[in-house]
Amino acid sequence: MAKKFIYLNRKAPYGTVYALESLEVVLIAAAFEQEVTLAFLDDGVYQIAKGQNPKALGMKNFSATYNALGDYGITQFYVERESLAERGLSEDDLMPIVYEDEDDDYAEKPSVRVVSRAEMAQIMADQDVTFSF
Amino acid sequence: MALDIGGKTIATDEEGYLENLNDWTPEVATAMALAEETPVALNDEHWEIINFLREYYEEYQIAPAVRVLTKAVGKRLGADKGNSKYLYSLFPYGPGKQACKYAGLPKPTGCV
Repeated sequence: MAKKFIYLNRKAPYGTVYALESLEVVLIAAAFEQEVTLAFLDDGVYQIAKGQNPKALGMKNFSATYNALGDYGITQFYVERESLAERGLSEDDLMPIVYEDEDDDYAEKPSVRVVSRAEMAQIMADQDVTFSF
Repeated sequence: MALDIGGKTIATDEEGYLENLNDWTPEVATAMALAEETPVALNDEHWEIINFLREYYEEYQIAPAVRVLTKAVGKRLGADKGNSKYLYSLFPYGPGKQACKYAGLPKPTGCV
C-alpha cells in the first residue's frame, strides 16, 4: 500500500546542497509511486520563489525542475504563510507551478497552496514518513 | 572514456555519458550511437526523440524518468510513439538511459 511521504524544505535553495538533494530524493521516491507531499517553510520558501538567478554563485538554476514534478505525480506543494510573511513575501512571489489533472481532461491546476502554520502542523501529522531537509 | 569527433576529444564517464553537457553537438550523438557494441545509425525517428529530450532538459533542467518520457512523448508526438514498445524499438538499451546519453543529458535521476 502506498504510504504518505512528506519532504520538509527549510533551507534557501543555494549556498547549501539541501534543496537540490531534497529534489533528487523526491524524484527518486516518485518512481516508487508513493503519495508525495512537499512542504516549504522558513528559508525553504525561497526554493520556489520566482526569478532565481544563481549564475554569480556558479550554481545551476534548478528551479525549473519543480515545474516537472507534476508529470511525476507530485502535485501537493504546501507553503507556510507565516514563513512568507516573515520574509516580506507573498503568494505572488512564488512560481506558478501547475500540474495536469488526468481525471479532468488534463486541465492545468495549481500545485502550490499557501497554508497557515497550524494547517501545516496538521498536514505533517497526517503523514506516514517525514524527511527533513 | 572519450569520443573522438573530427580530431576533437570529448570526455565521457564510464557509462558513456558526457562529462561536460556543453560538449554536445549532433555529431556527438552520431558518434555515440556508432560506438555501441552493435553500432546504431541514427534515423529521423531517433532524432525526433533526441531533440525532444534536449528540449525537455532545456525547459526543466532534468532528464526525465522513462515513465515520464513515455507520457510526454505521447502528448507531443502522438500515442503511436508514446509507448514503451515504440521507444524500446528505437532504443533497446532503455529509452531513458540510451536516448538521454545520445542527447547529451545526464543519466535520468532514479535510474540505477
